[in-house]
Amino acid sequence: VELAARRRDFPALATVVNGHRLAYLDSAATALRPQAVIAAMTSAATLGSPYRGVYALAEAATSVVERTREEVARFINGSPGEIVFTSGATASINLVAQAWGRANLNRGDVVIATELEHHSNLTPWQMICAERGAELRLAPIDDNGRVVIDRLDFTRAKMVAIAHVSNVVGTVAPIAELARRAHAVGALLLVDGAQAVAHLPVDVDALDCDFYAFSAHKLYGPTGTGVLWGRAGHLDAMPPWQGGGGMIRSVGPTSSTYREAPARFEAGTPNVIGIAGLGAAIEHTQTMEMRTVHSDEARAHRALLAVIRAAGGRVIGAPELAVIAFEMPRVHPHDIASLADGEGVALRSGHHCAAPLHHRFGLAASARVSVGCYTGDDDVAQLAVALAKIRDVFP
Amino acid sequence: MTDPRALYHETIVDHDRNPRNEGPLPNATHEATVDNPLCGDVVTMRFVVEQGVIIAAAFEARGCALSRASASIATTHAIGSTPDLITALASTFDEFVRSSPDAQAPAILGDLEVFGGVRAFKSRRTCACLPFQALTNALRSS
Repeated sequence: VELAARRRDFPALATVVNGHRLAYLDSAATALRPQAVIAAMTSAATLGSPYRGVYALAEAATSVVERTREEVARFINGSPGEIVFTSGATASINLVAQAWGRANLNRGDVVIATELEHHSNLTPWQMICAERGAELRLAPIDDNGRVVIDRLDFTRAKMVAIAHVSNVVGTVAPIAELARRAHAVGALLLVDGAQAVAHLPVDVDALDCDFYAFSAHKLYGPTGTGVLWGRAGHLDAMPPWQGGGGMIRSVGPTSSTYREAPARFEAGTPNVIGIAGLGAAIEHTQTMEMRTVHSDEARAHRALLAVIRAAGGRVIGAPELAVIAFEMPRVHPHDIASLADGEGVALRSGHHCAAPLHHRFGLAASARVSVGCYTGDDDVAQLAVALAKIRDVFP
Repeated sequence: MTDPRALYHETIVDHDRNPRNEGPLPNATHEATVDNPLCGDVVTMRFVVEQGVIIAAAFEARGCALSRASASIATTHAIGSTPDLITALASTFDEFVRSSPDAQAPAILGDLEVFGGVRAFKSRRTCACLPFQALTNALRSS
C-alpha cells in the first residue's frame, strides 16, 4: 500500500496547524489512529460487560476481548494464554516488577536495567528493589547509545529489563544475546517493546525473552490499553498483582483463591473499548503490509537525519530506527518545538521520560522527531523549513 | 490557533541572547532554586538584601529562552526594589500569564508584558513563571 493511500486512513492528518499542513513527527509519543480503530472503538462502546453476562451484548464483548487476545498472540508469535491486557506498557512492567518481584526478589539479588531506559522501565524496578532489599544495577551505554554487553556484570542477576528500541536514541537492543546471557545465570529477561512493535517484526519466541510489554497507542491504537506477554509457566507461577472481579476462583470472607493466567492478572471489568481498538490497530497494520511501511520509515528516518545535520543539529547517539533526538546549538529544545509548531511540525522536546540517558550525554533535554507509517518526504521538507526559520528567530 | 512566534517577542530573544545579571552572586543573602520536573529545567535566583532593599540580583538558569529571559528581566526589576514589592510583582505576573490572552496587561508589569504570548500556550506558562517562583521562594523568608 502506497504512502498516499495509507495517509487517507488517518483523520488527524487533515488537521491544519497555524496555516500549515500537519507534519506529525511525534509517533514515538503516540501514533495517530486510523479510522478503522476509531470505528472499532465506537462499535465496542455499544457492547456489554465481557465474561460476566450470559446475554447477547455480554457475549459479544467477550468475543471482542478473546478475538483480540488471539490477534495479539499471532502478532508477536505467542499464545493467547500468555497475553495479559493492561492499561499500557507502564502497567505491564509494574505488574511484573510487583507480582514477580515480591515473590522472587530477596536481599542481595540484582535487577539489571540500562542507562537508556524510559522511566517506566526504571522506576518500577527502583521501587521493588528498595522494597525487597535488592540491588538495581544500571548497564552503561556507549556514545552511540548502545548497551555494551561485554561490560555487563550478570553476577547475582535475577531479572534483566531493557527497551527493545530506545525511545530517545533509536537504538535496537541485542535481545537474543541478552537472553542468552541472562538465562545462563538463571535470570529472566523483560523487554519493553513500546517503541519496537510499530517498527520491527516482533517474535517473542525468536527473541527468547520471558516478558514483553507494549502499549496499543504507539501501534496506532488507543491510549489506556496495553499488553503483557509472559512465557507460559512464568505467569502462572506469579501471585496476583491487583485483586478484584474476574481474577478469582473462590472468595471466602478472609481469603481467596485465584484463577490461572491471564485472568489472574486482569482484575476488574476489562477495557473492551480499548481492546477492540487494539485489535483493529493490529488488523490495520496487516492491511498496510508492514514490510513496505518499515522500509518507507527507514527512508524517512535517513532523510530526517540528513536534514537535522544540514541545519547544524547535533544528533544524540547513532539512531538506527524510529526516533532521532537532537540539539541545536544555543536554542533550547522547547523553543525548537514551539517554533516548529508554528510551521505545522509536531515534534517533541524535553527529556522524553529518560532523564538518566540525557544525563549520560550531558544534557537536560533534547528535541526529538519520530516516524510512522504516514511519514513522507513532505514532512521531512517541512522540518527543514522549520529548522531554518528557528535560525531566523535565534540567529 | 495562535502562531507560536508570538512567544518570542524581540525583548525575550534579546534577554536570552544578552542576559542581564547572569552568573553567581557570592555574597547573596537570599537564594532559591526551582526546577520543572517535566522538562528538567532549573533556575536559581540570588539576591543581596541590605536594610530592606535589594541591592544586587543574579540568576543562573538551564532552560529555554522564555525562562532565561524571564529570569534576566526579573533581576532588572528586583534591583532597587524591596522583597515585598518584588514578590507582589511576581504574583501579578503569575496572574497575568494565567489570564485570558486578550486581557490588558497591568501597567505595573512594564516590559514583562512581552510574556503575554504564553497565555495561549499552557505548556509554556511554567517556563515564564519558574524564575518568579524562585524569586518568591528566595525572598519570602526575609
